[in-house]
Amino acid sequence: MILTGADIVVETLIEQGTKTVFGYPGGQVINLYDALYTRSDRIEHVLTAHEQGAAHAADGYARATGEVGVCIATSGPGATNLVTGIATAMLDSIPLVAITGNVPNSLIGKDSFQEVDITGVTLPITKHNFLVKSIDKLADTIREAFAIAKSGRPGPVLVDIPKDVQVATFPYEPSLVVEKKLPKPAKHDKLKAAVQMIAESQKPYIYFGGGAVSADISEEIIALADKIDAPIGCTMMGLSLIPVKNPRFLGMEGMHGHYASSVGQDEADLIITIGARFSDRATGNVAKYARRAKIIHIDGDRAELNKNINVDLGISCNIKNALQRLLPLIGETKHPEWMARIEELKREEQEQFEKVTAKDRITPYALIQEVAKHTNPDTPIVTDVGQHQMWVAQYYPFEVPRTFISSGGLGTMGFGLGAAIGAAKATGKKTVLFTGDGSFGMNLNELATAVTENSPLVIIIMNNKVLGMVRQWQTLFFQKHYSNTDLHTRKTDFVKLADAFGMKGYRVNELSEMESVISQAFNENCPVLVDVAIYEDEFVLPMLPPGGSIEEIITERSDQS
Amino acid sequence: MNEERYVIAILVENQPGILTRVASMFNRRGFNIDSLTVSATEDNQYSRITISLTGDESVRSQIIRQLRKLYNVKEVKVMERDKSVYRELALIKLRNCPETRQEVLSAVDIFRSKIVDFSPNTLCVEITGETSKIEAFIALVEPLGILEMCRTGVVAIDRGCSYLNSETSL
Repeated sequence: MILTGADIVVETLIEQGTKTVFGYPGGQVINLYDALYTRSDRIEHVLTAHEQGAAHAADGYARATGEVGVCIATSGPGATNLVTGIATAMLDSIPLVAITGNVPNSLIGKDSFQEVDITGVTLPITKHNFLVKSIDKLADTIREAFAIAKSGRPGPVLVDIPKDVQVATFPYEPSLVVEKKLPKPAKHDKLKAAVQMIAESQKPYIYFGGGAVSADISEEIIALADKIDAPIGCTMMGLSLIPVKNPRFLGMEGMHGHYASSVGQDEADLIITIGARFSDRATGNVAKYARRAKIIHIDGDRAELNKNINVDLGISCNIKNALQRLLPLIGETKHPEWMARIEELKREEQEQFEKVTAKDRITPYALIQEVAKHTNPDTPIVTDVGQHQMWVAQYYPFEVPRTFISSGGLGTMGFGLGAAIGAAKATGKKTVLFTGDGSFGMNLNELATAVTENSPLVIIIMNNKVLGMVRQWQTLFFQKHYSNTDLHTRKTDFVKLADAFGMKGYRVNELSEMESVISQAFNENCPVLVDVAIYEDEFVLPMLPPGGSIEEIITERSDQS
Repeated sequence: MNEERYVIAILVENQPGILTRVASMFNRRGFNIDSLTVSATEDNQYSRITISLTGDESVRSQIIRQLRKLYNVKEVKVMERDKSVYRELALIKLRNCPETRQEVLSAVDIFRSKIVDFSPNTLCVEITGETSKIEAFIALVEPLGILEMCRTGVVAIDRGCSYLNSETSL
């Protein structure tokens, strides 16, 4: 079958299982959009308001399902607008294929209109990228892009296609969906070494991250914890893999982690780390991190071993396979004293929580609990970045893997709305976006997309009229110099804004209104926004100061009496 | 930590931008390069990049693992000193004057280097060898006034029946 390059691109996307693409047309992708038009019965295109929204939507789609997300942009500014979205996917190892048009080969390198060297720009923020200079390699390059995006440690791949390649014609032969290549199985002697270390441990602590979500190993982790009688903690990227209600689960550790989880990790004598990369937000001061513990690190990416933290046993492997083989090798053990200590830490945490959480106003905790009354276990919960994100990470009762969708590594404010649209599209489920007035302000143009798509979104804006996370640091470390973090001068009316975009908006000012308004919002079958006024000096606690160690943990406000 | 100088040989597919990818990885991760050379190989599908750098064991293993993650990188190998031949070439332009000429000529002789250009005011020495030899020569002639210098950077090859490309055999 002789097809144009543009047709080959779309046929290859369909062939590789893509049902939905997110994008924005432009001069150098007109041909591609024509090919999408004639195949709209086989592949859906979601038009976003901005290319950044398309990248985040494709990312949200991928996070919710584990499938490869696909976004499309034109050359030049279209391509550069994808950059933040691609970097977001890179830092969180999300499988993404970004397709960009470029000026024709003959105009490349001449600073032509809307020309940008996007493979150069995205080189450090993609797993790999391609500039397809001739049509004979087009279909195979796209297939390879999918293979790279989903194999091993997943990540974003960009394919840049000059206009003349889209216009040219070439035979197209359909092919199979490319296989996802998994890391190699662990060596048996490494597993035996792990068994030995586990047998010698009196205070084991299981610690997992986003790699465990990607490998889909909730059952294996719980089985391991039950067998060796250990508590389970995670990084922010690991959230939702283990149900919060599991008694062994202590929640996220690190800078804003749960007290019991962070202190438990510090007191452990063995940390079994699975698919986590010891980010600075998770470890604090590396010299003092896990001083008392030996560390086993099981990860799919060999380069993560000994990168940030030196470990006692590094196993680079297919982690699911490794855990499945490890489980029968270890004996059942009990650690009653250790687990009693963990229970004690949980009680301390609860006491601290009671002390710092107000009852007479809309606290983030109360708001999150109210929202959770209306959600299902499998409701995608998307966040933006900042204080609200940490509160959701701390308090939302996650039950089902891949229901927590948040920008971890890059910490991209403005990620949420696009990602929520993508997650809702991927799952077909009512999706909650928790955002802040700061983050939401960055990419709220995507409300237009949500309305067009009639995305079943419930957008909860935790509106404190400040850039709360930076303000918190300014309060604690910069003598309350609130430099450029006060948004009170902004007069944005989010309810009117919702109305202007053609969707419903509600406002909650008082605690007494919260229950009924949230309930009303969840009864809508269209995108809806709820602007919730919260206290401007609400803190995310506990907090390990940046680069600090566990002794420096802040569990209550000392700046207020 | 023990900082050591070592040489890494990398076999890469002949694709556009591969040198940028390799160099960018070093830049992004904050690893310093002492020298880098790229050359053709026995197989025109591949190029060979030789990088010499200084760092401790953790930097070395991190560099190798990060290199292996790059697509288009086929092989990565630390060229161990006692199992490989290291060579570097330098061209050194010196002042040519009667007072120092004899000293230069005897240095050239002792280091088994050669003079490849000779003009009324300048002379140019070509010296080949391991980095340590070249550096010893430079130290010797530096007081005589080096006008200009360029070096190729280290290239290295395994001794005996050992090859960078694991598919190669005798």
